[in-house]
Amino acid sequence: MDKTNTIISVRNLVKNYADFTAVKGISFDVYQNEIFGLLGPNGAGKTTTLEIIETLREKTSGEITVDGLSVDKDANEIKRIIGVQLQAAGYYPNLNLVELMELFAGLYGVNIKPMEMLEKVNLQDKAKAKFKALSGGQKQRFSIATTLLNSPKIIFLDEPTTGLDPQARRNLWDLIIDIRNNGTTVVLTTHYMDEAEQLCDRVAFVEHGEIIALDTPDNLIDQLINSGFERKKEVKKANLEDVFINLTGQEWREG
Amino acid sequence: MNKSYNNTKATLALAKASFRSITRSPSAVVFTLAFPLIFILVFGFLGGGGVKLDLAVAPESDLQNPVIIALQHTSVVHLITDKNNAEIQQRLEKGTIAGVIDVRKNSIAEPAYLANVKYTSASMDKGNILKSILNNLMYTLNTKDLKPSVAELKESTVHGRTYRTIDFILPGQLGFSLLSTGVFGTAFVFFSLRQTLVIKRFFATPVKRSSIILGEGLARIGFALIGALFIILIGHFLFHFTLVHGVTTVLNMLILSTIGVIVFMGFGFVVSGIAKSESTIPPISNIITLPQFLLSGTFFSIENFPNWLQPISRALPLTYLNDAMRQVAFEGAGLWDVKQQILIMVIWGIGIYAVAVKVFKWE
Repeated sequence: MDKTNTIISVRNLVKNYADFTAVKGISFDVYQNEIFGLLGPNGAGKTTTLEIIETLREKTSGEITVDGLSVDKDANEIKRIIGVQLQAAGYYPNLNLVELMELFAGLYGVNIKPMEMLEKVNLQDKAKAKFKALSGGQKQRFSIATTLLNSPKIIFLDEPTTGLDPQARRNLWDLIIDIRNNGTTVVLTTHYMDEAEQLCDRVAFVEHGEIIALDTPDNLIDQLINSGFERKKEVKKANLEDVFINLTGQEWREG
Repeated sequence: MNKSYNNTKATLALAKASFRSITRSPSAVVFTLAFPLIFILVFGFLGGGGVKLDLAVAPESDLQNPVIIALQHTSVVHLITDKNNAEIQQRLEKGTIAGVIDVRKNSIAEPAYLANVKYTSASMDKGNILKSILNNLMYTLNTKDLKPSVAELKESTVHGRTYRTIDFILPGQLGFSLLSTGVFGTAFVFFSLRQTLVIKRFFATPVKRSSIILGEGLARIGFALIGALFIILIGHFLFHFTLVHGVTTVLNMLILSTIGVIVFMGFGFVVSGIAKSESTIPPISNIITLPQFLLSGTFFSIENFPNWLQPISRALPLTYLNDAMRQVAFEGAGLWDVKQQILIMVIWGIGIYAVAVKVFKWE
């Protein structure tokens, strides 16, 4: 992976709300074609940071460029090269998936075949279903499909796997890795460390609006071990989730 | 990527999506079409007859005589012959019949018959009409063979356009339909799009805010006009709703409808902005729609309202829409003839959109 190509650059980003500071001057780079994870507890400032990069929220101060475009001046250009999945976003009521795809194609000004987009996320069987009628995993897959419509250079996924069962979660990981392998940079947030470890090339830990660590998962783990950390209990070669997946099967199920 | 972004395409995609969504929303269809049509059906079947008087015929009464035969040919009077005395008495006391008539052959030659009529104080207004009908009828019967000694009355009626109940009710219902589509529809849609982050997701695309408003507006206006056309055509073909200049009149009515629904959508934007939760939308919307529904001449002419109420009626935009619609449809007025009404609606529009710009929330 070519790690020298910076596609997103965040410098000294600050976001003040009326009564508190959500983001306290953070800086980081996202490299082209990597999966970058923003990790941290609820309210740490992950979503705020993401939404400022997505040009959905005004920043208080700091410099941000996305593929060389400034969020201050070129917000509309940025919107054309990114795909955004919001945490818990709804979709236009009373429309089926194909019609929603047509709507987003119009909003992005692109010509796509709705069925092909749905096939990418294995939802072709649900083409005539309403978004509300989908399961949690299907909803997330559909949301991701809407981010891919404009063949974006970067997609942002805000807690894509929250609330999903283990199978749906693993299926989504495969989908995200596929998207990255097709040349798209992925920025995501998550609470799940196993997810970050499996999925992300590099992660940043955000806490109280500051980045407290940023590296590859491997390096971060090694650093901890080198500092003399030891798990209290010897780790077995499998965990309970492995047992669950092994018992219930890993096939793509519509659960 | 260098291809320029097309705002029109985005607006039309939104309009199409919104239109599909509206046609699948039960509440939109019920408020825009079902309610107005039910009212039109009810009034369409009720109307037409004008005043009807129920007059009971006493069971002992002779039926084969000139008085009863003449009454049978009087369209205003409906004779009831199958009730016994107790039932008739009961109905008289309740005022559900205007009176009872009992015609007997006279024992002496002149006059040939005696007609006893009993009125009821429970239905004095109808009783009075009945009284004058009977007087008139008796006079005609009694003077059939006589030459008038003072002056002979010659009566004739000018044949004008028949003003049916539907001619009053339909424009009012049309206005009500436009009002509910504009206010409820717009308020609910923008509130829920904001609440479910649909609009936020839109903002992550290159679409302009003006395209979102315009797309929604186009869909709603389109839906309202289809509803209006449907109401007008049903009224015309089933209930003989008067369209003086045919298609031109319909087009003028649709133009008025467009102005109306745009103004009413302004109220909808305001409601969506000030509502704190989904459950506060109906009460706030009702505060706007109900007074107009009742006071703007939807069911009754505002001239019938007490004097203190009329200025309130004359301040409401729906009053002017209804008024303009009636003039266009029944009197054949052109749009220029109702410019005053249009002007007042436009002033309302400017005012309400000024408020909407202040209170409307995107997120």
